[in-house]
Amino acid sequence: MFTAVVIIGILLILVILVILFRIGNLVGIVRGKDQSDIGKTNKVNAWMMMAFMIVMFGLFFWYSFVYFDDYTLPIASEHGVETDFMFWLTMAVTGFIFILTNVLLFYFSWKYQFSKENKAKFYPDNTKLEVIWTIVPAIVLAGLVFTGLRTWNDITDEASEDAEVVEIMGYQFGWGLRYPGVKDNELGDYDYRLIDASNQWGMDLTDENSYDDFTPTEMHIPVGKEVLFKIRAKDVLHSVFAPHFRLKMDAVPGMPTHFKFTATKTTRQMQEELGDPDFEYFITCTEICGRGHFSMKIRVVVDEPADYEEWKASQTTWLKLYPEYLERVPEEKRELAIIKAGLEEDQLQEMEASL
Amino acid sequence: MATADIHIKESAPHGDHHEEHEHHTNFWTHYIFTTDHKMIAKQFLLTGIFWAILGGAMSVIFRLQLGFPDANLEWIRPLLGDWITEQGKIDPEFYLALVTMHGTIMVFFVLTAGLSGTFSNFLIPLQIGARDMASGFMNMLSYWFFFISSVIMFTSLFIETGPASGGWVIYPPLSALPQAVNGSGLGMTLWLTAMALFIVSTLLGGINYITTVINMRTQGMSFSKLPLTIWAFFLTAIIGLLSFPVLFAAALLLIFDRSFGTSFYLSDIYIGGEALPNQGGSPILFQHLFWFLGHPEVYIVLLPALGITSEVIATNSRKPIFGYKAMVGSMLFIAILSFVVWAHHMFVTGMNPFLGSVFMLLTLIIAVPSAVKVFNYLTTLWKGNIRFTSAMMFSIGLVSFFISGGLTGIFLGNSAIDIQLHDTYFVVAHFHLVMGSASFFGMMAGIYHWFPKFYGRMMDDKLGNVHFWMTFIGVYMVFFPMHYIGIAGYPRRYYSFTNFDTLNSFADLNSFVSIAAILTLGAQGIFLFNFFYSMYRGRKATANPWKSNTLEWTTPINPGHGNWPGEIPTVYRWPYDYSKPGAKDDFIPQTVPFSATPESNLPHENELIRLEKEDDDVIRVDDKES
Repeated sequence: MFTAVVIIGILLILVILVILFRIGNLVGIVRGKDQSDIGKTNKVNAWMMMAFMIVMFGLFFWYSFVYFDDYTLPIASEHGVETDFMFWLTMAVTGFIFILTNVLLFYFSWKYQFSKENKAKFYPDNTKLEVIWTIVPAIVLAGLVFTGLRTWNDITDEASEDAEVVEIMGYQFGWGLRYPGVKDNELGDYDYRLIDASNQWGMDLTDENSYDDFTPTEMHIPVGKEVLFKIRAKDVLHSVFAPHFRLKMDAVPGMPTHFKFTATKTTRQMQEELGDPDFEYFITCTEICGRGHFSMKIRVVVDEPADYEEWKASQTTWLKLYPEYLERVPEEKRELAIIKAGLEEDQLQEMEASL
Repeated sequence: MATADIHIKESAPHGDHHEEHEHHTNFWTHYIFTTDHKMIAKQFLLTGIFWAILGGAMSVIFRLQLGFPDANLEWIRPLLGDWITEQGKIDPEFYLALVTMHGTIMVFFVLTAGLSGTFSNFLIPLQIGARDMASGFMNMLSYWFFFISSVIMFTSLFIETGPASGGWVIYPPLSALPQAVNGSGLGMTLWLTAMALFIVSTLLGGINYITTVINMRTQGMSFSKLPLTIWAFFLTAIIGLLSFPVLFAAALLLIFDRSFGTSFYLSDIYIGGEALPNQGGSPILFQHLFWFLGHPEVYIVLLPALGITSEVIATNSRKPIFGYKAMVGSMLFIAILSFVVWAHHMFVTGMNPFLGSVFMLLTLIIAVPSAVKVFNYLTTLWKGNIRFTSAMMFSIGLVSFFISGGLTGIFLGNSAIDIQLHDTYFVVAHFHLVMGSASFFGMMAGIYHWFPKFYGRMMDDKLGNVHFWMTFIGVYMVFFPMHYIGIAGYPRRYYSFTNFDTLNSFADLNSFVSIAAILTLGAQGIFLFNFFYSMYRGRKATANPWKSNTLEWTTPINPGHGNWPGEIPTVYRWPYDYSKPGAKDDFIPQTVPFSATPESNLPHENELIRLEKEDDDVIRVDDKES
């Protein structure tokens, strides 16, 4: 279908080109010299400027208002309300200037089109005017800057002590998740040199905090409680982007980053609000990272705090999934590891047998 | 005194300079290894046009993928070969390569070399009244370095692993590790080599532009009488001279990381089943270095376009540019600020938030001089007597893009808002309007305006009008919808959005954008036809077709090497005496002394008549002495 569109488009352009050029040449010949150039064409162009402005503003307003719900995303985080307020505040200020200056541009173009009777006004400068339109934008911008700064400082402030910690690790092409576990609520240390096929996170098994860490394939977070994303990357740059939470932070190999936020609506609430039972929060990648950059999506579920705790408690620890790594645990900590990881008797027996 | 000396030389009966065009030239020295700034400008222009076609075609190919994700693209196989997968799709890595090369080509090869290279070379000597650049030889080298760079970059399109594909910003580790993406193999090596040579070319050119503007202005051409084009080219060259070496350093360190095992940008990486030994490097360091060039680069492409526009709008409104000093001041201010805003590209890289605050503040300040420029353009149009030449319309288009694209910069420069918008289509819309399209329109305005001086013939104005309207409407149709897509959270550089339910609702708008892009590219065919047809068959130009004040229109219609056959004209007034009350014409060229226009002189200008006489006396005295 689109091949046809392309071909038709190209043909049309060629036809227009040839016809116009022929006509132009013929007219030129009839007129003899091209001295009278300023006249009709000039007028047509001046009117086109007005027409362009009216049609474009028409399209702009039509799409902006009619499709408002399609292109705006619902907000599901506390700071998202603030950044969206900043966004729409800036939109109001710039929208006003956008319309004003574009209207003046096209209106002046039309109004002061060439005419033989007119002479342009010799008006090289006006200090007062220039001072005004230097200072007014400066003041308006200062206002935006300071409102923005406050929001920015709030967002980038230290996370509270009891924030729920989730580790996200970007890799080609997906996200690894790691929770600090229910027993100690601390993430274990890691080292990229310990990474292998099963130990994607490079978990350091000499650190006691690792034993109860679990690594689910979808993210759960509680509603109404501060969550701290600890972000890192395994191979190249990635960027954690959760559009509904107005959250974005790069994942950098060798330099852990973080982002704290508080979700305000559970997945269920959002589904009801939007009337869409299939709605799901997600995280995706916004830093070019290779072939599969576009496919790094992971599901995020926002739960009621009780459901969240229940979900957390039901997760299997990583060590339990890969009991063979018990070998890497130092002798004196094995007991602790077995308890913290929740390894079961039959698993242990199997292990011993294989050893 | 220096100017007086030159004056003497030129007026000597057997002055050697101005007869240079009679010297024996053959095809090679005239067209290929030429040191004539005008021919070098044409070389830059034609190479730039070649790259623009290529870069534009690439964008259409990836727009096909984005606009029609289900379409079978088997029909481009003859062109792209195995980059089309067996399913008739564009290979995802090749998609990234296309995006990368489109960016690289457009930013550097078209809008830096094609724009500055063409117009700085062409206009600086002509508008300041010089016979050529300070060093014609360096100028020639500048083009040939650019040419070699172009050849290498072009070659990289044809290698098996494909051209560089880590985005035009080539962030390591992706660009450093061939394991991460195929394009980071030989393709990236060629990219870095080509860019290193490109930087050499830019620096050779830039040093020349600066030297020429400072040292070779004709008698009377003080800095305050320079056309705004020259101010723009001058400041652009300074920005380039200060920022491109930093990119060179960044590229060099990346070359070391890639080939010699250093760890400037690499740390803690596990890829392809092994942990790399590199530790202690920082990918963020590269981003700082890159954007230290990258942001000034925006102004390197934009300022010349603004300079050209100032000249074209003043000439065709038949009015002096409003607030000449404010225009120069704001360009100067923009040039300075452009060096201290780079990290606004990095708000969400994990950079210290305090640094984010500082850069946000500085970034939003840059909107003030930009606003001043817009208001001054508007006031220049106000009560003008506007002639819609093609150049004028492209200039008006530029102002519109500058407004529309500039305002979205206020969103992105605000770090709190940027969290959501960073790396989405909102950014794509923003910089394509304010930097891409605006600069492109400036380039077009320049070509239409100075074509008569380039080739001694006129371009067809009707075709130019059609070209303008199709391009103007087309560009808005391509980039305006992207704002909505960006607000909806669509990330850029995505091969497809079909993985997402939430991000898959703009299929129709994306198709619309793609069709608009195809038509806009098609419209450039009109320009190409007009350009090449007019070069040989266009209407013969008159000496001063736009009734303009600047010096280039005092040269012969086809100026030879040396530009003016006799003496270089002396300059007495600023270049914007249009529609001066009392004057008989609506323009007074810079070469007309105030003593010749008592009817239109302002009070303070009458006093200058005395100085004009003194200047002439000084020269006469020197003449006798020699």
